Amino acid sequence: MVRLRSVLYGGAALAVILLLWEGYKLVGSPQGWSVNEVRLLPRADDSSMPHVWTVAERFTQPEISAEGSSSVLVAVLRAAWFSFRISLAGWLGGVLVGVALAVLMQRFRTARDALLPYVVISQTVPLVAIAPVVVGWGGQLAVLGQPWQPWMSVAVISGYLAFFPVAVGMLRGLDSPGPAQIALMQAYAASWWQTLVRLRLPASVGHLVPALRLAAAASVIGTIVAEISTGTRGGIGRLIIEYAQAATGDPARPWTAIAGAAALGLVVAALVSALDLALARFNPAGA
Amino acid sequence: MTDQSVAAVSLTGVDKTFDAGRAGAVTALSGIDLAVAPGEFVSLIGPSGCGKSTLMRLVADLERPSAGTISVFGKSAHQARLDQDYGIAFQAAGLLPWRSVRANVELPLQVHGMGRAGRAARADELLELVGLAEFAGHRPDQLSGGMQQRVAIARALAERPRLLLMDEPFGALDEMTRERMQGELVRLSTQTGCAVIFVTHSIPEAVYLSDRVVVMSPRPGRISAVVPIELSDRNEDTREEPGFFAAVTAVREALRARASVELS
Amino acid sequence: MTIVLATRRILTPVLAGVLLLVFWQLVVDLRDIPGYLLPSPEAIGTQVRQNFSDILTASRASGTNALVGLLAGIALAVAAAVVAVWVPPVERLLTPLASAVSAMPIVALAPVLSIMFSATSDLPRRIVVAIVAFFPVFVTTVRGLTRIEQVHAELMRSYAVGGWTLTRLVRLPGAVPYLFTGIRVAASLAVISAVVAEYFGGLQNGLGSRITSAAANTAYARAWAYVVAAIGLGLVFYLAALAAERLASRGRVPIS
Repeated sequence: MVRLRSVLYGGAALAVILLLWEGYKLVGSPQGWSVNEVRLLPRADDSSMPHVWTVAERFTQPEISAEGSSSVLVAVLRAAWFSFRISLAGWLGGVLVGVALAVLMQRFRTARDALLPYVVISQTVPLVAIAPVVVGWGGQLAVLGQPWQPWMSVAVISGYLAFFPVAVGMLRGLDSPGPAQIALMQAYAASWWQTLVRLRLPASVGHLVPALRLAAAASVIGTIVAEISTGTRGGIGRLIIEYAQAATGDPARPWTAIAGAAALGLVVAALVSALDLALARFNPAGA
Repeated sequence: MTDQSVAAVSLTGVDKTFDAGRAGAVTALSGIDLAVAPGEFVSLIGPSGCGKSTLMRLVADLERPSAGTISVFGKSAHQARLDQDYGIAFQAAGLLPWRSVRANVELPLQVHGMGRAGRAARADELLELVGLAEFAGHRPDQLSGGMQQRVAIARALAERPRLLLMDEPFGALDEMTRERMQGELVRLSTQTGCAVIFVTHSIPEAVYLSDRVVVMSPRPGRISAVVPIELSDRNEDTREEPGFFAAVTAVREALRARASVELS
Repeated sequence: MTIVLATRRILTPVLAGVLLLVFWQLVVDLRDIPGYLLPSPEAIGTQVRQNFSDILTASRASGTNALVGLLAGIALAVAAAVVAVWVPPVERLLTPLASAVSAMPIVALAPVLSIMFSATSDLPRRIVVAIVAFFPVFVTTVRGLTRIEQVHAELMRSYAVGGWTLTRLVRLPGAVPYLFTGIRVAASLAVISAVVAEYFGGLQNGLGSRITSAAANTAYARAWAYVVAAIGLGLVFYLAALAAERLASRGRVPIS
């Protein structure tokens, strides 16, 4: 019920934003508003700020004027699907590595002391900046006899961003059982493994779920940024750049790709929320 | 100073029911009649769910009665709250963590518009009274639980109330600290001459502090007995006197009598 | 005892870092790893030294964008949070929007903002940073303003005060640590967004554009040198925000 209400209010918020957009187009100057040569309010003309309905219409029209070109909607969906699969691969890889690292840090004091500061700090710095430097990997590497594909570079960046929140959240979750619960397991003479499986893993779900959500958002952003900076074709990130370059003659087109990227982020978040529901048994308080 | 002819607190036929949603209404208190004289120390004791905290909160006008009348110094409880006729302390000290100890004690004076100099003088006086003068500049988190509770009591006394309402203020303290705090509270209430309504679930605490112990029973919450305590003087040795043991036994019997009625 | 613990806390990660660098250097040297795969720490260090003044210039450009955007985002978020607490519909509209935005790649707005404003100014990037910084600050500030401990609420009620006095004495000071928690999150996001927004075109004056142009010229060690600078810039923002948060929440129960 609560979810449905937030979705409704989210839709209302979007409507308000679109109304503000059209409202500004009614009153705003085509030249915008500048102070000392710096434009502080945007140009309100149709080529800078296309009408909402122009963008909506643009989805149904062919992507390019050539014969047999598919509609923009199909092109955006195809690109989003491409990015979605890379994000998913990155997310899965990131989650696996993150969970493994968290267990390692929980088990070994030295591993925790040595790694945790780096894991925490790396969440706060622009690590995604390394995306352009992995471009060089394309065509130069081979893993298990398979040539390195450009999409793999993108997935590596995506997974790289996804793994940090998971490692931190999972470790916090593994640490969450109270002293009484730990003492109880000790009193049962339970092994480390039994304590992990019977106590720490179930207890970590409440911390893991929000971390999975953060990781999902990070993997989508990582995918899009990596697509752009590595020049990988086929995904939604690249599509934004391509459409933005065509914006002079076709101002509505970049907005279709941005809408696609936003939708991709929301779909991934919704999928993780579904996972959240499936794990609700372990998480009575709600994440 | 106090008008001896008017009761500090007087409750007549007070009921309190809470709306518990789908479960219907829960009767927290039923048919409560109680009068507290000026300067009198009255403890409310009983098992969980007997409505002793609710009773105190009704007097504080933090809750409204469903039926009956409550008067505080001859006025409605609501008017008494607006006139600041009582000071209050809760189980949690409830200090504002961003304020110094002194600023916490000054809080009620500040919200009621007392000037800076007057506030500072009164806060010094109160901190001296509760023995925390040298901690005036500390932050609450630098103090032990007992010290925090003493700050809360100093804050409750800030406006020289004629009535002090206390909801298990020592409930979270260890036994030794608790006994020392009880001694200080007896001294403070004697010095200030204010009436006290003290909620507790400790029999020795109720006996040591009170002129009268009001024993309550649950479902619905009601007063099952009132035990007058006749101890001449409270000091270190009081807890080892035969009179003290007798009073403890009397309160325990009153509590148990009620429990056995319920079991049968 | 505590000295031993502290040494352990500090020494272990430092040692691990040094070991990693040595291992990295050795692997690159001994296995003859080509520079386009992974330049050695030594090569990166050389590039940092050689390009030091340009690194500073580029860091200043990106850092200014991050700072201006961050401050604008914080100011708007605090204003919006105060309005949202007084006017509930605003809160109900903005809160789901905040969780939606946190799942979206906001930096992707950079190219269209360039079209709407100007491709030759820093403003589009600063707007991106402000949007990204706005939401975490808004969410935590609203939480801080609406969350009030029951014992404090009852205490103020027993003093027969409410409204503005309650807001001034309890709500606002109570919200300050929450505000700074939001700022800490926003500060990291601000630097990340400011650098990444440069990948989407526009002015070529910051760290992000230096990284892309070095990578495009296959000068990977130089690209890494600018990445190191970006990490340094992120650390400066994070540590400053963390210090402010610690200062603001002295004596409070930590906020999860």
